[in-house]
Amino acid sequence: MEKLLAWIDDRFPLTKVWEEHLSKYYAPKNFNFWYYFGSLALLVLVMQIVTGIFLTMHYKPDTALAFASVEYIMRDVSWGWLIRYLHSTGASFFFIVVYLHMFRAMMYGSHRKPRELLWIIGVIIFVALMAESFMGYLLPWGNMSYWGAQVIISLFEAIPVIGPGLSEWIRGDFVVADATLNRFFAFHVIAIPLVLVILVFVHIVALHKVGSNNPDGIEIKKKKDANGIPLDGIPFHPYYTVKDIVAVAVFLMVFAAVVFFAPELGGWFLEPDNFVPANILQTPPEIVPLWYFTPYYSILRANTVNFLYVDAKVWGVIFMALSIMVFFFLPWLDRSPAKSIRYRGWIYKTALAFFVVAFVILGYLGTKSPQAINLMLFPNVYWAQIFTIVYFAFFALMPWYTKIDKTKPVPERVTK
Amino acid sequence: MSEGVDRDKRRFLTLLTTGVGAIGVGFAATPFVLSMTPSARARAAGAPVEVDISKLEFGQMLTVEWRGKPVWIVRRNKDMLATLPALDMQLADPESKVADQQPAYAANPTRSRKPELLVLVGICTHLGCAPSQKFQVGPASGMGDDWTGGFFCPCHGSKFDLAGRVFKGVPAPTNLPVPPHMFLSDTRILIGEDKKGAA
Repeated sequence: MEKLLAWIDDRFPLTKVWEEHLSKYYAPKNFNFWYYFGSLALLVLVMQIVTGIFLTMHYKPDTALAFASVEYIMRDVSWGWLIRYLHSTGASFFFIVVYLHMFRAMMYGSHRKPRELLWIIGVIIFVALMAESFMGYLLPWGNMSYWGAQVIISLFEAIPVIGPGLSEWIRGDFVVADATLNRFFAFHVIAIPLVLVILVFVHIVALHKVGSNNPDGIEIKKKKDANGIPLDGIPFHPYYTVKDIVAVAVFLMVFAAVVFFAPELGGWFLEPDNFVPANILQTPPEIVPLWYFTPYYSILRANTVNFLYVDAKVWGVIFMALSIMVFFFLPWLDRSPAKSIRYRGWIYKTALAFFVVAFVILGYLGTKSPQAINLMLFPNVYWAQIFTIVYFAFFALMPWYTKIDKTKPVPERVTK
Repeated sequence: MSEGVDRDKRRFLTLLTTGVGAIGVGFAATPFVLSMTPSARARAAGAPVEVDISKLEFGQMLTVEWRGKPVWIVRRNKDMLATLPALDMQLADPESKVADQQPAYAANPTRSRKPELLVLVGICTHLGCAPSQKFQVGPASGMGDDWTGGFFCPCHGSKFDLAGRVFKGVPAPTNLPVPPHMFLSDTRILIGEDKKGAA
């Protein structure tokens, strides 16, 4: 065995890679609950790729056949229902895990220097994931698939001059049609997954260059022992591999409960209107994207006023794009001397709480009619406007409130 | 031969090679990018549609498909037509001044060739949903007490009157488009083509 390993090591840096990234990669010893979601995201990615491969064996990317082929998978393919539900549930869980992963970074300042590039790669992964899920959602060719794609592709028409040509280019037709379905299939099953896998690889390479952050938001590399090993670090393998396996077990319990007992999750994971084949003459009474897009959809719909000579429609698109792009600038907006929320003052804690509330409420409002009254007093669209302002204020005012916020002294070594 | 390295020449040649390579990549990418534009078949599929309207009653609407889009034909009755002039103040473009939204022969108060027969592309000018018909008047419509009939887009709440004219203060920026059309006889209508030729 040792001989074989030596033979390989002479030809491929197997032991070197193993040590650098696992057995001698020193991670802070104070990781908590919030540090599970990175490895869980990796797990879901693998799961989506595997279930996806098996779905493509039966799915047909043709407007005449697509809807029926999904029902065929559900009814006639052996265990097809399980593979399809694993994939559709996996999509929602991917976003749950990624949102929690991002929230962790915002809590403990994981996007701050020297991890800006790591964060930026992460945001690109997030954008690619949104594209992946949007295109995947068209494939069942249900009525919500069709109209959701119709609305989102129409967003590009709002871009001056090139807009109409661009959306025609994206669709490959004058409306969402067979050409659109076929190319979305190509993007969904090969182009974007390939990009995602490469980006995830780059994300991990960047992480292992700078080292993991931790709930104290301090650099463990500053305190090393005589051998150059961080005093507060422990090898990723076996310590965190074993810890992560526990998380995987718990995660899979929750995941399996949804897959087996509530795969549609009351319309939140699979929408009722998507069990009807696409009908180009009939919009569903309420076009609602899946839950993970609804906060941005709310922001899109919240702009109802024309100003600065620009249509409300264009402002909606601009603000929606901005609401995602603003994450790229987070490392530079935050000016606090402390990274972790543990050593920050009440202002950042309050601001982050407001942001989370705004995100959740915008998400909720995105599933409701703009004119209806679901919260209180006045129609949803006005609430969406209020929380859109809160959402952007969190970022826009950050350079000031993080500066004046009183921080506690940050310790030299990690705490419990 | 190796003593003097002409760095300027080397830099120039590197830049030149990179530039030529970039142009080559641009040329190579063109067919791939253009392969995604609507194909010849998709372009050819836009043939005009002939519709028989002899059975369309006053106050009723018919939906047909043209170029993969829903086209509405509404035979408006006198009450419906009477609602139009009174709405001008509430509308964004009551006089159909945005030229792209209708052929010149429909840029009139009823936005139609024959006053009672309205032909519209039933796709919301906001983000492409299909608005629903709300022909009932007043509270029964669920659109408010002063609603005089029209169309309502469920996606983002845009409202249009019985000539497809958009109300102020809704997300849709322009009136619903009137497609090119002409009457072949009193009961037959051709959508997608007028005397100027096919659209």
